[in-house]
Amino acid sequence: METTVSKKTERMVGKPIRRREDPRLITGTATYVEDIELPGMHYAAVVRSPHPAANIKGIDTREAEQHPGVVAVYTGKDIDHLGAVPCAISLPDLRIPHHHLLAQDRVYYVGHPVAVVVASDRYVAADAVDLVEVEYEPTDSVSEPEEALQDGAPAVHAEWPDNVAFTHDQAGGDVEKAFAEADVIVKERIVSQRLAPSAMEPRGTVASWNSGDETLTVYSSTQIPHILRLLMSGVLGLPEHKLRVIAPEVGGGFGSKCELYPEEALTAFIAMKIGKPVKWVLTRRDEFLATIHGRGHVDYYELAAKKDGTMLGLKVKIIQDVGSFHMLLTPAMPTLSVLMLPGLYRFKNVDAKVVGVFTHRMATDLYRGAGRPEATHGIERMVEVLAAELGMDPVELRKKNFVPPSDFPYDTPMGVSYDSGNYAAILDKAVETVGYSQLRQEQQEGRQQGRLMGIGIATYGEICAFGPSPALPAGGWESATVKIEPSGNVTVMTGVSPHGQGTQTTFSQIAADELGVDIDSISVAHGDTSTVQHGVGTFGSRNTSVGGTALVLAIRELKEKIETYGAFLLESDDVTYAEGVCTCNKTGKTVPLAEIAPKSWFGPTFPPNTQPGLIATNYWEPPNFAFPFGAHIVVSEVDPDTGEVAIKRYLAVDDCGKVINPLLVDGQVHGGVAQGLGQALYEQVVYDDTGQLVTGEYMDYALPKAAMVPTIETDRTETPSPVNPLGVKGVGEAGTIAASPAVVNSVVDALSHLGVRHIDMPLTPEKIWKLVQQGGSA
Amino acid sequence: MIPQEFNYSRPGTVQEAVDLLADGEAKVLAGGMSLIPLMKLRLSAPEHVVDLGRIADLTRIAEEGGSLHLGALLTHHQVATSALVQEKCPLLAETAAHIGDSQVRNMGTLGGSAAHADPAADYPAALCALEAKVRLVRKGSERVVDIGDFFVDALTTAVEPEEIISDLILPVEESGTGVSYQKLRQPASGFAIVGVAARVRTSGGRITMARVGVTGLSATAYRATGVEALLEGSEGSQADVAKAAAAVDEGVDAISDLHASSDYRRSVARVYTARAIQAAL
Ligand SMILES: Cc1cc2nc3c(=O)[nH]c(=O)nc-3n(C[C@H](O)[C@H](O)[C@H](O)COP(=O)(O)OP(=O)(O)OC[C@H]3O[C@@H](n4cnc5c(N)ncnc54)[C@H](O)[C@@H]3O)c2cc1C
Repeated sequence: METTVSKKTERMVGKPIRRREDPRLITGTATYVEDIELPGMHYAAVVRSPHPAANIKGIDTREAEQHPGVVAVYTGKDIDHLGAVPCAISLPDLRIPHHHLLAQDRVYYVGHPVAVVVASDRYVAADAVDLVEVEYEPTDSVSEPEEALQDGAPAVHAEWPDNVAFTHDQAGGDVEKAFAEADVIVKERIVSQRLAPSAMEPRGTVASWNSGDETLTVYSSTQIPHILRLLMSGVLGLPEHKLRVIAPEVGGGFGSKCELYPEEALTAFIAMKIGKPVKWVLTRRDEFLATIHGRGHVDYYELAAKKDGTMLGLKVKIIQDVGSFHMLLTPAMPTLSVLMLPGLYRFKNVDAKVVGVFTHRMATDLYRGAGRPEATHGIERMVEVLAAELGMDPVELRKKNFVPPSDFPYDTPMGVSYDSGNYAAILDKAVETVGYSQLRQEQQEGRQQGRLMGIGIATYGEICAFGPSPALPAGGWESATVKIEPSGNVTVMTGVSPHGQGTQTTFSQIAADELGVDIDSISVAHGDTSTVQHGVGTFGSRNTSVGGTALVLAIRELKEKIETYGAFLLESDDVTYAEGVCTCNKTGKTVPLAEIAPKSWFGPTFPPNTQPGLIATNYWEPPNFAFPFGAHIVVSEVDPDTGEVAIKRYLAVDDCGKVINPLLVDGQVHGGVAQGLGQALYEQVVYDDTGQLVTGEYMDYALPKAAMVPTIETDRTETPSPVNPLGVKGVGEAGTIAASPAVVNSVVDALSHLGVRHIDMPLTPEKIWKLVQQGGSA
Repeated sequence: MIPQEFNYSRPGTVQEAVDLLADGEAKVLAGGMSLIPLMKLRLSAPEHVVDLGRIADLTRIAEEGGSLHLGALLTHHQVATSALVQEKCPLLAETAAHIGDSQVRNMGTLGGSAAHADPAADYPAALCALEAKVRLVRKGSERVVDIGDFFVDALTTAVEPEEIISDLILPVEESGTGVSYQKLRQPASGFAIVGVAARVRTSGGRITMARVGVTGLSATAYRATGVEALLEGSEGSQADVAKAAAAVDEGVDAISDLHASSDYRRSVARVYTARAIQAAL
């Protein structure tokens, strides 16, 4: 039933209300894993490999075990009966090495867990780590993926001497024909360097075993509590109904907490073993070593076009640095890149060849954007290279090739269907807002005076709102339960697991409007497998589109029940519920929700064939992904003497479909841009030739600080998605996806008159300085 | 990130502190901004830590006999914002304001930075340009060391294990002297890839005194005497400055690391030297 009455109360959706999460976050009253204290708590600390590749000749744990306060030390042999760290992806020729929770007879990366020490005190545990004697026999290692592919490179896993972890080929159209017909073909090698996701809260787990009823409670800093429960159940051999997983307050994840990490399962294993609660929290240094990294691509692009700028086809070879083991979704990362290779452009011929490569490094996996930033960086760089080759304006070149608004839904050669969009309109808006032609003029004038100013454009399309279930290993739906308490207050339980996104706020806004109740009467619960029916979790910009839709559907179902009760109380057969009140359409008599609610629970009489209580659960399986898009423009200036880059302006115009809360959308764009800009200018995970991690601290890993991020101007267009009834798309990853090509394009543009066509990230002053010194030739 | 076990003392006077140091091996703790991270990473594991944090005497700012005496325990923030330091020794105040972020400036100390002698720290450039003197106190005696003899190598100074820095002695800047500190930041740590401190005095259209201190380029901060010599007596034209600045890396063994190669550091050092001198002129 649809209720389409005009509202008396203020509409919440669309309002920039402040985040309801923030008071607890900014007053330090939120409860993170580290804040959980249980009686009898013990502490685990992990002994990690200092070598990228070595045979373990022996481990002597005696001294550690005898250290006062140490309860146990576990090594590989103690856990070899447990399941492996899972990889949930299947590809035809995927090679999955057995990934034990602790190293067995070999270590494969610096930071590889070798043993775990348990003590009654965290300080004792830290001391005892140093007392575990591991005898290593180092062997040759390889850290660069292209080196790992060469003949004679050390084999990461002896059974696969070629170091190929998987291959994945996907093609659409007729790429050979396109290239044969082309007037011009531009080629570039483009690197998307490894990044550290850098969630503010490091990973951590607390596990507590109840030996009486043989149940295990696990608190973990995770984005996917329900899936973690399933995975952990498999690893531990403990059925799910005996296992409760709670994601308490989670201080960011950016994809890095969409995993089952060895330490999470080890903590649980130890709690069961010693019968005491166990806490393990990662140090920042170990976070760099042993939390997944993002990106890690070396890509070879070839773009074919006509002289007039019409793009015809694209060939791409993607080399994905896997690391030594797959984590949960590692092989999916480059396949996601493949889906977005054509960007917003309408050419139909694409040939993509992916090779995943084992290296002696920590695994790569999901990091904000996950596969899409790499693809967007590639195509948006190539468009600029083509524009330079043809001497065309990059705005004109893009507009000439965009998928036109009349073509939606648009089937791409990569087999996905873009839901809705108006790409030229958003670029026009950005170009106009930034004053593009004026800037071009300034640039010309500046060059006369030796100033190196650049204007960078990036347009992007993103695949998000994950997603239809066939695209995901554990379902792509989401769930919601909505319960009207006897008092008339509302409890929402959602299967998504937000960790900083502000979902409690947006979901309260949605529920307030749908139910016509005051926003303060709503609370949103999530992240506990015992309170929330079931869920998939938070990643891939899916909370609002998928979880929010489940919420709307649950409320709509609930409203039917409210009307059944309203009709019963009003003794009518024709009632409408709106704005918190049920009205008899014949007599005009009303009964408020506050009165219906207690009667629905307490009776004493109930409507015929109706169950007590106002509660409804619904699940939403999206029919498609959603495809946000946008145009970002950056104005930068290069210091010719030192190569330093100053960002003079950053304009982000995004279309994330219907906006629930503009404040939160802006916040997501700001944070996303900061991370994309971090990749463009500063951040890189560096392993040296010997496989050691060089950037193991924030003293060397250059995460941008507030003062290094420019003012970000934001604007929007709003093209509703037809995929879900809310019309929302998603905005969690957009900023990150757009920012790196926008920034790099601006700097390349600043140096274009010197013949510079491409610069790999991060754009360190030294790289730029060298290009300027050499007059552009790299 | 948990240090090894250590004993901790918190003396109330310099006397007590140096007595403790004389009793046996101990490490002095000031702001802790450098020492604590090293201990947490277990790269440093002192058995005994002597915390100078409560010694009021060490936060003195005084003008005596034509010099400025700055207690070793003054925080970077105190140095940056002290009206007396701003007036009498503006280069040091300016340099202090460039260090780290506000948390670090509120904890880290002048003496700690000097004693730590990080090759990329900011203060040492200014201390060299100022020809500072460092007072070292030990049980029963004290000595004053010229800054030129103070920085021995990366993370190594003239301070002996049983000594503490009590204060630094700096010249009161004469009128007609311009100063500037210019720094290229390492993007992760905020330390200097290269930092150049300049003091330039002009009279009658000529440079009569030039002092240039450089940090970040080599294992220790140093005075670029070659630059100074070329500047002194010149008119300080753009060409004079450029020519002088080009001498900044002469005979210097330049550092190379993840953030900058030695070639790049040299080049940036010349650019920043010229900029610091220009700004000081
Ligand atoms: C995030 C961060 C960013 C930073 N950025 C910068 C920057 O941009 N530029 C910069 O220059 N520095 C930077 N620093 C370093 C900072 O300036 C430190 O304050 C300084 O290096 C050490 O001073 P401290 O008082 O903290 O010394 P501590 O850490 O307490 O001690 C350092 C060393 O000096 C010894 N010591 C301390 N005081 C004395 C004394 N009075 N006598 C004898 N020995 C003593 C200690 O025993 C120890 O060996 C940064 C630090 C951090 C954590």
